[in-house]
Amino acid sequence: MTATSPDRAVTARPAAQPPNYLTEGGSTLRSWLLTHDHKRIAILYALTITVFFFFGGAAAAMIRLNLVTPPGIFAADTYNRLFSIHGIVMVWFFLIPSIPNTLGNFLLPMMIGAKDLAFPRINLLSWYLFVVAGVVALVAVIAGGVDTGWTFYTPFSTMYSNSYVILAISAVFISGFSSILTGLNFIVTVHRLRAPGMTWYRLPIFVWSNYSTAIILVLATPVLAITLALLAVERLLQVGIFDPALGGDPLLFQHLFWFYSHPAVYIMILPGFGVISEVVPCFSRKPIFGYKFVAWASVSFTAVSFLVWAHHMFVAGMSVYAALVFSLLSYIIAVPSAIKVFNWTATLHKGWISFDAPMLYALGFIGLFTTGGLSGLFTANLAFDVHVTDTYFVVAHFHYIMVGGMVSAYFAGLHFWWPKITGRIYHEWWARIAALLIFVGFNLTFFPQFILGYLGMERRYHSYPPEFQFWNILSSAGASILALGYVMPLFYLTWSLYRGQRAGANPWAATGLEWTTPSPPPKHNFDKTPTVTRPPYQYRPEPEPQDAQGHA
Amino acid sequence: MPDIRPEPQYATLEQQTDVAVFGMWIFLATEVLFFGGMLFAYTVYRGVYPEGFAEAGRHTKIVIGTVNTVILLTSSFVVAWAVHLAERGRGRGVAVLLGVAALLGTIFLGLKSFEYYQEWHEGLVPGLRFEAAGPHAHAMELFYLLYFMMTGVHGLHVTIGIGLLATMAVRAWRGAFSSAYHTPVEITGLYWHFVDIVWIFLYPLIYLVGRSGG
Repeated sequence: MTATSPDRAVTARPAAQPPNYLTEGGSTLRSWLLTHDHKRIAILYALTITVFFFFGGAAAAMIRLNLVTPPGIFAADTYNRLFSIHGIVMVWFFLIPSIPNTLGNFLLPMMIGAKDLAFPRINLLSWYLFVVAGVVALVAVIAGGVDTGWTFYTPFSTMYSNSYVILAISAVFISGFSSILTGLNFIVTVHRLRAPGMTWYRLPIFVWSNYSTAIILVLATPVLAITLALLAVERLLQVGIFDPALGGDPLLFQHLFWFYSHPAVYIMILPGFGVISEVVPCFSRKPIFGYKFVAWASVSFTAVSFLVWAHHMFVAGMSVYAALVFSLLSYIIAVPSAIKVFNWTATLHKGWISFDAPMLYALGFIGLFTTGGLSGLFTANLAFDVHVTDTYFVVAHFHYIMVGGMVSAYFAGLHFWWPKITGRIYHEWWARIAALLIFVGFNLTFFPQFILGYLGMERRYHSYPPEFQFWNILSSAGASILALGYVMPLFYLTWSLYRGQRAGANPWAATGLEWTTPSPPPKHNFDKTPTVTRPPYQYRPEPEPQDAQGHA
Repeated sequence: MPDIRPEPQYATLEQQTDVAVFGMWIFLATEVLFFGGMLFAYTVYRGVYPEGFAEAGRHTKIVIGTVNTVILLTSSFVVAWAVHLAERGRGRGVAVLLGVAALLGTIFLGLKSFEYYQEWHEGLVPGLRFEAAGPHAHAMELFYLLYFMMTGVHGLHVTIGIGLLATMAVRAWRGAFSSAYHTPVEITGLYWHFVDIVWIFLYPLIYLVGRSGG
């Protein structure tokens, strides 16, 4: 991909770095909190969601600690609050914003050759809404927590739960506005701010993925918002919208809730696909196989994601015919998933593969996502789903997709673009160790849960019959390895900020507009708006690029 | 004529206008789905409790509802006229028309408040003061809950719209717009038409359906 890259050495201050988005406009707290620069806002998001990630992770650690022994160490009520807050924080305050709001915010304008997102002020507003939502969620936790689970199923959440339900759903409601505004910003930016020559079929897959994600955000989130508002009204006024004792219909809540929350799974995973589609070609030195199929697979996820919600309700009292239709529709989602996986493996085939840290995370992603996706076929199967509903099989399935898949992809992207974002190189060896620890720890944590679920251990119980203890000990042991893997990047990435070597504009010899501008990029991304003349992923087999440590 | 330059992320003023209008359309798409959730719930329960909903519908204040419909439709026409003048750069005319539209919106809210006041007196406010009795009391309460949510959220949108119209009226009076740049007037107009269209859906559902055939 071509872009004009003027000689940056010609500058007034030869010794210092050229001015970039971190230095231009000052580094005061005020300059950060009032910034309109998409790159700075991305960093604000990254810091915020890191806090939430470790907060939700701490809750997970306590859950696993409790499950080491059958009676558990926490009372049932405490345990319920722990898994609820784990779910709420991880879903709404980490997984949904993670890639779009950090990497997406940072890279999307640069990848299409734009100076910023279409609405920079709305972008900042979106971050503030997210922070307010996060604070409300934390207040709910401090006030005593929630015991409904992250799904807020009625009538429990409206009648029986003696906890801070309204505060918790307010937090989710506010974060929904943040999502909508981000999605809107992305859609308009991709449609209207592409650089000259950047046609739709020259967009990097990362842009396609975030664009598709944005469409889901914009179309699904309002329905969630109104559903939660109805729930709040029902709880406040005790009028039966969802409560059967008052003439309402709890199935209506589940339909409305999953109409958002199933597409939300693709909000979480689609940006991850985008990251992997950037990393795999770069470290295989080959163009992505079947570019148009990969691009349209992203878009078809958007369409299909809205047709499968009721597979969450096979045992909720839906008619068997409806269940049959939703079972069949749910199988369809495997088609675009398979296109993606086959295209990545085809890209790897006969490539010049180098196992740098981003690639290790990406390969981990492919393995874990495939396992999660295949187990999804099991749960889409009506008869099998009746057997495993509300067991650890389902817990393992969605953790493979959302944690094994999404978090690995986030880490792959973070490592891949870290030199671009910070201008520094992290310690490659530690990064590889962390990637391996995460892969091993993850499988050890969640694979036993498939077995537990198949054997009949139900989810959301603080205690269990003693025969399940062996698999639970394995799972908790895996969780401690996983936790170590997740904490390590905190150290070596922070270290790189102070001691890491300077990265050039393009340390991985990658194609893509974002690599044609200096690292870290200047305030408006490009000194001169680039003109695009070639499709993306013009990789040729060549010796592995030398990274900063000088190893091949 | 004021000298207006595009914001740094845009190449031209035309692009800036294009982006703003496109953004507003997408925002309105999210609004359709937002109201859609409530309309869906309403539709489901009308199917479950047809008699109760018909009974409740006959307690609505059809005169106020109809007058309000006329008022909103008129205001929408006035706003369309204002946008038309804005394209020709007639600042003062735009200001007057937007002011009229804001006034019509305020009258709408006034009548709506009077309607709420009457409903409070008749004991039709679920959860707070609901006194209807009989076999359908239960379904009526559900109807009125959805009624207050839908019209309440709509009223909130009207209030925001009035604020936007008034702001644009003041800016137009001060000569902030020209035939080359009047994007804020245009997207405010889009928003106001949306508020009007939502009401066009709510009016028959609330006031008319319950009175048909019964």
